Amino acid sequence: MSLSENTTVDVKNLVNEVLEAYPEKSRKRRAKHLNVLEAEAKDCGVKSNVKSIPGVMTIRGCAYAGSKGVVWGPIKDMIHISHGPVGCGYYSWSGRRNYYIGDTGVDSWGTMHFTSDFQEKDIVFGGDKKLHKVIEEINELFPLVNGISIQSECPIGLIGDDIEAVARAKSAEIGKPVIPVRCEGFRGVSQSLGHHIANDAIRDWVFEKTEPKADFVSTPYDVTIIGDYNIGGDAWSSRILLEEIGLRVIAQWSGDGTMAELENTPKAKVNLIHCYRSMNYIARHMEEKFNIPWMEYNFFGPSQIAESLRKIAALFDDKIKENAERVIARYQPMVDAVIAKYKPRLEGKKVMIYVGGLRPRHVVDAYHDLGMEIIGTGYEFAHNDDYQRTPHYVKEGTLIYDDVTAFELEKFVEAMRPDLVASGIKEKYVFQKMGLPFRQMHSWDYSGPYHGYDGFAIFARDMDLAINNPVWGVMKAPF
Amino acid sequence: MTDKLSQSADKVLDHYTLFRQPEYAAMFEKKKTEFEYGHSDAEVARVSEWTKSEDYKAKNFAREAVVINPTKACQPIGAMFAAQGFEGTLPFVHGSQGCVAYYRTHLTRHFKEPNSAVSSSMTEDAAVFGGLNNMIDGLANAYALYKPKMIAVMTTCMAEVIGDDLQGFIANAKNKDSVPADFPVPYAHTPAFVGSHIVGYDNMIKGILSNFWGNSENFDTPKTEQINLIPGFDGFAVGNNRELKRIAGEFGVKLQILSDVSDNFDTPMDGEYRMYDGGTTIEETKQALHAKATLSMQEYNTTQTLQFCKEKGQETAKFNYPMGVTATDELLLKLADLSGKPVPASLKLERGRLVDAIADSHTHLHGKRFAVYGDPDFCLGMTRFLLELGAEPVHILSTSGSKKWEKQVQKVLDGSPFGKSGAAYGGKDLWHLRSLIFTDKVDYIIGNSYGKYLERDTKVPLIRLTYPIFDRHHHHRYPTWGYQGALNVLVRILDRIFEDIDANTNIVGETDYSFDLIR
Repeated sequence: MSLSENTTVDVKNLVNEVLEAYPEKSRKRRAKHLNVLEAEAKDCGVKSNVKSIPGVMTIRGCAYAGSKGVVWGPIKDMIHISHGPVGCGYYSWSGRRNYYIGDTGVDSWGTMHFTSDFQEKDIVFGGDKKLHKVIEEINELFPLVNGISIQSECPIGLIGDDIEAVARAKSAEIGKPVIPVRCEGFRGVSQSLGHHIANDAIRDWVFEKTEPKADFVSTPYDVTIIGDYNIGGDAWSSRILLEEIGLRVIAQWSGDGTMAELENTPKAKVNLIHCYRSMNYIARHMEEKFNIPWMEYNFFGPSQIAESLRKIAALFDDKIKENAERVIARYQPMVDAVIAKYKPRLEGKKVMIYVGGLRPRHVVDAYHDLGMEIIGTGYEFAHNDDYQRTPHYVKEGTLIYDDVTAFELEKFVEAMRPDLVASGIKEKYVFQKMGLPFRQMHSWDYSGPYHGYDGFAIFARDMDLAINNPVWGVMKAPF
Repeated sequence: MTDKLSQSADKVLDHYTLFRQPEYAAMFEKKKTEFEYGHSDAEVARVSEWTKSEDYKAKNFAREAVVINPTKACQPIGAMFAAQGFEGTLPFVHGSQGCVAYYRTHLTRHFKEPNSAVSSSMTEDAAVFGGLNNMIDGLANAYALYKPKMIAVMTTCMAEVIGDDLQGFIANAKNKDSVPADFPVPYAHTPAFVGSHIVGYDNMIKGILSNFWGNSENFDTPKTEQINLIPGFDGFAVGNNRELKRIAGEFGVKLQILSDVSDNFDTPMDGEYRMYDGGTTIEETKQALHAKATLSMQEYNTTQTLQFCKEKGQETAKFNYPMGVTATDELLLKLADLSGKPVPASLKLERGRLVDAIADSHTHLHGKRFAVYGDPDFCLGMTRFLLELGAEPVHILSTSGSKKWEKQVQKVLDGSPFGKSGAAYGGKDLWHLRSLIFTDKVDYIIGNSYGKYLERDTKVPLIRLTYPIFDRHHHHRYPTWGYQGALNVLVRILDRIFEDIDANTNIVGETDYSFDLIR
């Protein structure tokens, strides 16, 4: 595909124009985060994982969001305490559509909000005593809880509370894992450090303190799904494919996951990672400590799904390899029908993506499968290794924006006029007001799943309904 | 494995159908039995029943520390909402940046509108050295990029814990030319560990007014005929503020809303993105000092602000989210009293039509039992309206409710024979309400989207009438205040009642004798 057709805009010049608006100091800093992808590039040529500039309307969140909101929150048979003032837990309550099956309030707690609701006296005198009581009350009212995590909000680290001591004492007392997580929102520069801290807490407080279940019987086909949060059921439409090729998914991290699944993970033969950004840490740790290899895969869109199934199968015996081919063939007619139906309606449509985690690169080929083109992409909280993995997916000339500000994204989109913007809820209505079709690519716009073959059909349908809805045609008044 | 796939291009199955297909059901069962190591179905069923019991309720109400599913957010989101009701105003939240992402998301999910606010993005170094540099750079960037007419500064709990001094920081930033010296940068300290979003609202309104009015007491400030009105934090602000302006127009009263988000949170789609739209102008805000009176639609949102207005020599009056006939009567009589103008005939006509509608429908409302939860003022307003309809408010609950509020609710309940089974629960949360509903059943729940979990568990139908409403669209565009607003509320309640009756009488040949065509 030729990129010269992508846009008539001089993208390099556009970047410079947009940067003009900044005061000099900030202009210099922001310039390092914006680039146009060059041919044969090894990475995207942007700086990443550094502090956001004050006052610019970054789209990023915080470490608490990365730990409670992303990594820990979906573990369904635990209760995650938003430890500190009431807001963090309130805003993140049921916000991410991490689907799970369970009796909420009885043996699962995913869509509930537990907080120690700090008051001024807790700030002044410390909150450890209150935390003791919070855990006691939780254990009494929710006797089937299989573990408790303490998700620290900003004040905890500032007032010097010793939540680790509380966790140790209470864990011994109630006979269940109690896991302190130092994910105060001011730590790091984005959600990303929260992911890392949450991974480390699993390492130190799950792997170090618990054992796999005694009656767990391993098979040579045991794998895990790491870094799938089951948004709209993503992990389920992925798991079904892995099971179909003959593998046994012994743990889901963390969508629809359980404490036992975390504990049994060291029994896996291989860890399969979908969201590399948020969970590579624990995979690397398990490789080092338990000698478990890990592999990244991509279940967005049929091209990547087939490639990933083959890569995964290649780690196993011929039976699995044959199964993979059979499964790919089994779904191919459905995939062909989906593409036949939607590609003519989407071909050549241009997309600008701005999200977090793995999606700024992982979803690219799903769009390509539908004949769509990516003209800009960027990450909220990527590190350099993400930008190294990105040129594999996108083409020369693609605009790359790291930790884009609302101002920049608005200007870029305005100038480049894509046919679809794929970003988050904070961006959605900005671009719709501008008359641009939009899909939320964090929550799948309340749709999904988008993973796997079953998810691809939904993805294709959703992109079509966004772009080809008649509402865009009546935007301009005839008077 | 059959070869027939459930998913197809012809009929794309969504998550709510896809995962009910047999292949997924089998997968879930296998995951559960082989890998989850959960509790037995019998044990889960036993505990589930126990959570519905009086015994559980007693333990639940004995809680002193953990808060579960509260009906409150933290101060800064209220402050942000307040600031966004002023023309061209960019909220600047000083502290950790994740908070702002949360507030913007929350408000956007309710209003289905863009929501603009910036953060000073403080990180660990700022935690040690303070956030002065973040303020200096942040104000300069925000001013340059977003061209606001005013920047309203509030704080996250991080900045409050380390004790950043907003007044000093802003002065410092102005000295460094971050913004022009005469550029308005009002501020409010909004610690998340004090009060809730409604206190944050109060703090920010007071902060903005004192920026333009000055802090000192002046009981002799010259006065005009204007009446100010502060709506408070209100999920129905788009509909309600417009309704208030319409009512003022009918009256011929010069009514000045202080913090009017109705246009900012309801911009048109015409190809142009408006980062700011409408709102109380800076000039109007300045002039509002000279109003003869300031009314608050929500007492608990304006405790300090009304005191401040008094100190400027203004008459003040407070309401508690006035809904329904008599609460609207009181509001209109207050406007009549302050303006010296009679209540216009057009509004009297609207009143008559509302009463007529209630009379037409009263049989379906009389004696129906309700649980109501939300902010303190909403609960008071809703309770009054229910009593007026002959319905019985039974459980009235607000996590932000104080002892004083409980007494206030009790007084409202005591004023009607329909209030005798009612009780107020201040400082309690939706997990308490779950116990209350299981042990003392009601017919309907009035609340927000979070109540859908109560509806699922207790099978009591939910009516969404307060912020946040994430899972239903556009209700906030319709007023709940005034006689017209009361009519909307009445219809919403009635619709739910009728739908509920239909849903319970629709089994062919079994219950459908009551599936009445005419009601």
